[in-house]
Amino acid sequence: MLEIENLHAAVDGRAILNGLTLAVAPGEVHAVMGPNGSGKSTLSYVLSGRDGYEVTAGRVRFRGEDLLALDPEERAAAGLFLAFQYPVEIPGVTNMTFLKHAVNGLKVQRGEEELDAMQFLKLVRQKAKALGMSDDMLKRAVNVGFSGGEKKRNEILQMAVLEPAFAVLDETDSGLDIDALKIVADGVNALRGPERSMLVITHYQRLLDYIVPDRVHVLAGGRIAQSGGKELATRLESEGYAAFVEKAAA
Amino acid sequence: MAGLVPIAETAGTAADSGADWLTGWRSGPADGSDAAPDWLGAVRADAADRFAAHGLPDRRVEDWRYTSLAHLTGLELDWAPAPADVAKESLPALVFGREADCRLVLVNGQVRPALSSVPALPGGTVLTSLAGALASGHPGVADLLKRRVAATGGALKALNDSWLEDGYVLIVPDGVTVDMPIEILSVGTGGALPPAYQPRNLIVAGAGSRVTVVEHHVGLCIGGYFANLVTDVAAGAEAIVRHCKVQDESREAIHIALLDAALDRGAMFDSFCFTLGGRISRNELRVSLDAPGAHCRLNGAYLAGGRQHCDHTTSVDHAAPETHSDQLYKGVLDGRARAVFQGKVTVRQDAQKVEGHQMSRALLLSETAEVNTKPELFIHADDVQCSHGATAGDLDAEALFYLRSRGVPEGQARQLLVEAFLNEAIDAVALAGMRLPLERNVARWMAERPRS
Ligand SMILES: Nc1ncnc2c1ncn2[C@@H]1O[C@H](COP(=O)(O)OP(=O)(O)OP(=O)(O)O)[C@@H](O)[C@H]1O
Ligand SMILES: [Mg+2]
Repeated sequence: MLEIENLHAAVDGRAILNGLTLAVAPGEVHAVMGPNGSGKSTLSYVLSGRDGYEVTAGRVRFRGEDLLALDPEERAAAGLFLAFQYPVEIPGVTNMTFLKHAVNGLKVQRGEEELDAMQFLKLVRQKAKALGMSDDMLKRAVNVGFSGGEKKRNEILQMAVLEPAFAVLDETDSGLDIDALKIVADGVNALRGPERSMLVITHYQRLLDYIVPDRVHVLAGGRIAQSGGKELATRLESEGYAAFVEKAAA
Repeated sequence: MAGLVPIAETAGTAADSGADWLTGWRSGPADGSDAAPDWLGAVRADAADRFAAHGLPDRRVEDWRYTSLAHLTGLELDWAPAPADVAKESLPALVFGREADCRLVLVNGQVRPALSSVPALPGGTVLTSLAGALASGHPGVADLLKRRVAATGGALKALNDSWLEDGYVLIVPDGVTVDMPIEILSVGTGGALPPAYQPRNLIVAGAGSRVTVVEHHVGLCIGGYFANLVTDVAAGAEAIVRHCKVQDESREAIHIALLDAALDRGAMFDSFCFTLGGRISRNELRVSLDAPGAHCRLNGAYLAGGRQHCDHTTSVDHAAPETHSDQLYKGVLDGRARAVFQGKVTVRQDAQKVEGHQMSRALLLSETAEVNTKPELFIHADDVQCSHGATAGDLDAEALFYLRSRGVPEGQARQLLVEAFLNEAIDAVALAGMRLPLERNVARWMAERPRS
């Protein structure tokens, strides 16, 4: 589904990713762990096409297409979704309006018929309810005045409504209380299927107890320093990243 | 402020060509050809002298430092346009109301009863033409006019004073609430020469009365015209006057408007101005908070592109203690458009426990667009809370990326953010049902805006 090959990327002229290679097959969930500042969010922004994240070498294929040639909205239409580590506040735009433009923006790009107001309302209400989000939150401006945990939950609501083929979750578990973590994990698991894949960026083994990954990767020094099964996450939890950081620096 | 230095060329033009440009301007009603009372002839002649002494303001005049009228002096105008042929079907729909509601229509500054539909209004409320009110010798109208004409107010007000012929007059008696919004449609339409017209409007709201006036200014021609409007508002004790103006003049129009409001004890004046049209436009508000408890809210939203120039100038005089004012102006500029916000707040001596707040925010969609902001606070009392602020910037890049990453195409994402930006000012419009039509205008502007 997603093949990243020898990816090099720079921000403000500073190299952050240095030859990252990673492939995720349909239906698989991969976890990416790594020290602060190692480039995990940079990878997620490069994948979603944010300005200022310059790809200096390498390629990314997504469902057979050259992902890097697409605009952010085209990547979304191709099925990519990023749950932001720091969700953005948009004063003056309600959650409902935001979701409506997103849903129909995708539909139009895909040449599908737009949802009418009733269909849309029904869809959003149903998804919000499953995530324990109130109607009031849907009417409020996007992420404005939301608590840290509410913002993360809002990201998952967007994912649930947009049903992407490939989701990158950038530290969606940070800031969530234990109950919220469970609800969010259930939301994520509900989306799992043979045709859906995920890249779950996290610092904590705990999330991976709920969302069990097929593979775990350690990102250090701008590339994948080690890959393994679920047990790698358990090992990292007790040993830390020191070994990888040293290796990357060497 | 170390802002613009007056441009010598511009400064010279207005004064020098004044004489040529004004050819014919006195040949209107000042001849006494209409049925106006005697006192009016004297008032007009006096105002004409005042205007002649000053000429049009150039940019050496502090109040006009950022807005040049040089373009106006280059136009040959028809100062006494013949009544234009306008079909009722060609008029735009009511801004907020339904078919059955109330609308008075003016074409080139003259009230046109045949195009208007004014139902019986509650409690003896009068909505009529100034020409009619003058001819019938309405005492309230004459008194207010005489007082207001005596007040100085700059050259363009003197020019308007020198004409004093028609306009709309709204009189709401004490204690009367008018529920339906009263819409005033002002149509500008050109002939062989661009017409100049100078309506004088009056709103007199009695003690405890409530009324909402919606002014809709449109152009029914492609070419230009010069509208020089003055509106006098007198709000009695505890009166609530809402004034919502949608300025959607033709692209070449010059629209200069002054609204002068005096508020008695506990009265409230709520003004919202939505500026879309015109080549050069200025909306000036002067509000005098004359007695304790008087308060005003002055909000504005503007959209300007191409070479449009729009100016919002306010002056609030806290002449009494416990008076409040709140101002928020937000605009979006594209192309080579220019916006001006000048806000003056004066707190007189002994006017204690006063609050005056003012904020101007501009969104610049192009590198060639520009905004000039000039806040002025003159505070002569000590127990006051006053604030002002101004911002100018681009759309939030993070928000734009967030929307796009969710599948919203860039153009649509930009439009959504522009609307969101203006919504803060539009939200301030108290009247239910006003938001949607205003938002539709934003959407239309984003689609059709002139780029350069
Ligand atoms: N806009 C930017 N300008 C300059 N440096 C940046 C920018 N964005 C990221 N960086 C740098 O790139 C490096 C990688 O940052 P990134 O956010 O990808 O790390 P991360 O692995 O997600 O860390 P964390 O675990 O703390 O979220 C950091 O050193 C960061 O300071
Ligand atoms: Mg990060």
